[in-house]
Amino acid sequence: MDLCDVSALTSTYALLSKDFRSELRTRYAVNALIMFVVTAVSVIVFALRSEQPDSGVLAGMFWVVVFFTAMSGLSRAFVSEEERGTVLTLQLVATPSVVYFGKLLFNTVLTVSMVLAVTALYMVVFSGFVIRSPDIFFLTVLLGSLGLASASTIIAAIIAKANTRGTLYPVLSFPVLIVLLMTVMSATGKALDGEPFASAGADFMVLLSYIMVMTGGSYLLFDFIWKD
Amino acid sequence: MAVLKVAAVVLVTIVLLGGIAIPLAASPQSFFEFPVIPGLEEKARNIFFHVPVAWTTVVAFLVSMVYGILYLRTKKIDYDIISVSSAGLGFIFCFLATITGALWAKFNWGSFWNWDPRETSIFVLLLIYGAYFALRSALDTEEKRATLSAAYSIVAGLTVPFFIFVLPRLVSGLHPGSGGDIDGSGPVVEFKMSANMLVFFFMGLAGFNLLYVWILNLRVRTMRLEYAQSHEQS
Repeated sequence: MDLCDVSALTSTYALLSKDFRSELRTRYAVNALIMFVVTAVSVIVFALRSEQPDSGVLAGMFWVVVFFTAMSGLSRAFVSEEERGTVLTLQLVATPSVVYFGKLLFNTVLTVSMVLAVTALYMVVFSGFVIRSPDIFFLTVLLGSLGLASASTIIAAIIAKANTRGTLYPVLSFPVLIVLLMTVMSATGKALDGEPFASAGADFMVLLSYIMVMTGGSYLLFDFIWKD
Repeated sequence: MAVLKVAAVVLVTIVLLGGIAIPLAASPQSFFEFPVIPGLEEKARNIFFHVPVAWTTVVAFLVSMVYGILYLRTKKIDYDIISVSSAGLGFIFCFLATITGALWAKFNWGSFWNWDPRETSIFVLLLIYGAYFALRSALDTEEKRATLSAAYSIVAGLTVPFFIFVLPRLVSGLHPGSGGDIDGSGPVVEFKMSANMLVFFFMGLAGFNLLYVWILNLRVRTMRLEYAQSHEQS
């Protein structure tokens, strides 16, 4: 796909708006994600009782909730097409790269809003969760969501064709996401400790290269996965 | 293949015997005495087993990935057979590397598992192999199985450079060759072993790799036969 190609951009936008419209009609992913976030955070609160963990533990548990929430909701992008039997139509009307980038954008928007929701919830529930370096935190959230979405979109495309989708999704995603999770956990810990922006520079470089490698690789591979 | 088979057996046997039996000496006089490496001492023997096995794991993974790419390009089922055979062998070698590494860590660092960057990366490699086979068993048709597992091994392979090059430099580790290396174990990694240790090391490297090639050949041939048989019946 030529990225400057206007028709590709408009069809990507069309696919994105189609996904949003069908999501707004059923609210399947949004409802599931919200309930999952609430459930997961309450479990953690019950487990901790009145203890106040330090910033490293909080940063880790923040991304644990984000990871499992993503694993419960992001596979919808392709599984729903497979279940509704709309895969063939999509294959007819759009090129594979348009489908990939449309789904990637949709998943990115979902992930960013989910991470922001988890952030709000954490700030209310844990008094130790204070963002002392907002610049590090929001760049981490943005890059982390992009990376999470780029890896989980291609895995979602793979598992949509398999039999045991629900259990397979986290199993396949986790090894691919470990690098990302370790980096965002360390960067979030720095944001909670109020460290200067430069201290997280290496983390951001890892995140950026991860996003580039994942998106580029997925873009090249998607043709093979998408076409039966 | 017969020559290869014999060479693999001979080399691995020599390395097994020599690596365990040759005594250490403070100032080695003959070929059959290894020098004492400070900080490693007797534990240095593990380089004859752990390093070649870990190396073979990576080779097997790369072979599996390359044949996965070849499959995606040509759609010849034979490439998928080679790819999955190599992945299976890689899993076994990865397991062996983990065991030898954990045993060594117990005596050198005090516990079997410390989440050193290298330990994290081999754990991830085990997870990738596990996920790869879980994915394969969840796909019915041969073509889908071959295509999607090849795609997954490439996606997973994309993250491997992060573990090899990026992570060990960001997180300080104890493994020889990582950021905060203790001086004693440095020489091992930079191939500054004594001449006779190097001979055994490279014999181990060649031996375990030949062993891999031999078993891979056997597996590929049996899988080809199984494939042909299952297609005759249908």
